[in-house]
Amino acid sequence: MNPWPFIVAAYALTALGTIGLTLWSWVPMRRAEAEAAKLSERP
Amino acid sequence: MHVYANPARFLKIARPLTAWLGWTGAALILVALAYGLFAAPPERLQGESVRILYVHVPAAWLGMAGWTGIAVASLMQLVWRHPLAAVAGRALAVPGAVFAAICLATGSLWGRPTWGTYWEWDGRMTSMLVMFFLYLGYIALAGAEKEKGAEGRLTAIFGLVGAANLPIIHYSVTWWNTLHQGQSLSIIRGRSTIDASMLWPLLGAALGFSLLFGAVVLMRMRAELARNKVEARLKRLAAA
Repeated sequence: MNPWPFIVAAYALTALGTIGLTLWSWVPMRRAEAEAAKLSERP
Repeated sequence: MHVYANPARFLKIARPLTAWLGWTGAALILVALAYGLFAAPPERLQGESVRILYVHVPAAWLGMAGWTGIAVASLMQLVWRHPLAAVAGRALAVPGAVFAAICLATGSLWGRPTWGTYWEWDGRMTSMLVMFFLYLGYIALAGAEKEKGAEGRLTAIFGLVGAANLPIIHYSVTWWNTLHQGQSLSIIRGRSTIDASMLWPLLGAALGFSLLFGAVVLMRMRAELARNKVEARLKRLAAA
């Protein structure tokens, strides 16, 4: 059995999961911190 | 640890640390996986399939490390009432669940060309699947408790009880006669049966993914702290 399709699938899945997780954490963090900063500027 | 109980003090360290961990981790992952994919030799018995282990093993470690972190945070929340412990526990759950899922999926993809099957109900695989379901339960419970405005004590107890699965995962290959291979690397004992040409990309990838995992946890903690700040500020404004 040719293992390369399995290797490519494993690496693609890991890349997708890791990049997705990072973006899913980074975007809400940026949004929440921007909102907090905007609110603290208000008198 | 109570030095960092003050969110302002914690954020002063977390902000530069997030970027450092994230970029260093990403660079290490790229180098280690490129080496593992194109330069490391095929293994004598597994052949080319061994390359899947450079992503599977770090994912398994992080799936377990995530719950170890949850257990420590739960203990700190219940015993010392550390104000950031509940935030840390919740921040660890999603990354831990994602890496447990990656571990299960890449393990299946490794199993098909190596064992001839995607799945076998053996001790290691079943206990890892149980851990993935425990993560889902923890996430649901933490969300429900936070919505109710509760302290999260029930979630912390669940985090501690769920840690009973960690030794089961670790020793499953010793306690039962499983299809999954036994331990070939022990960091605590400093023992390895893996050849250096395969060990270094494995350790590099594990370190890289661990640093990125740390960055993601910090991002999730910062997001929750900022949301708490907004909520408190809005409450104050509404009351004024």
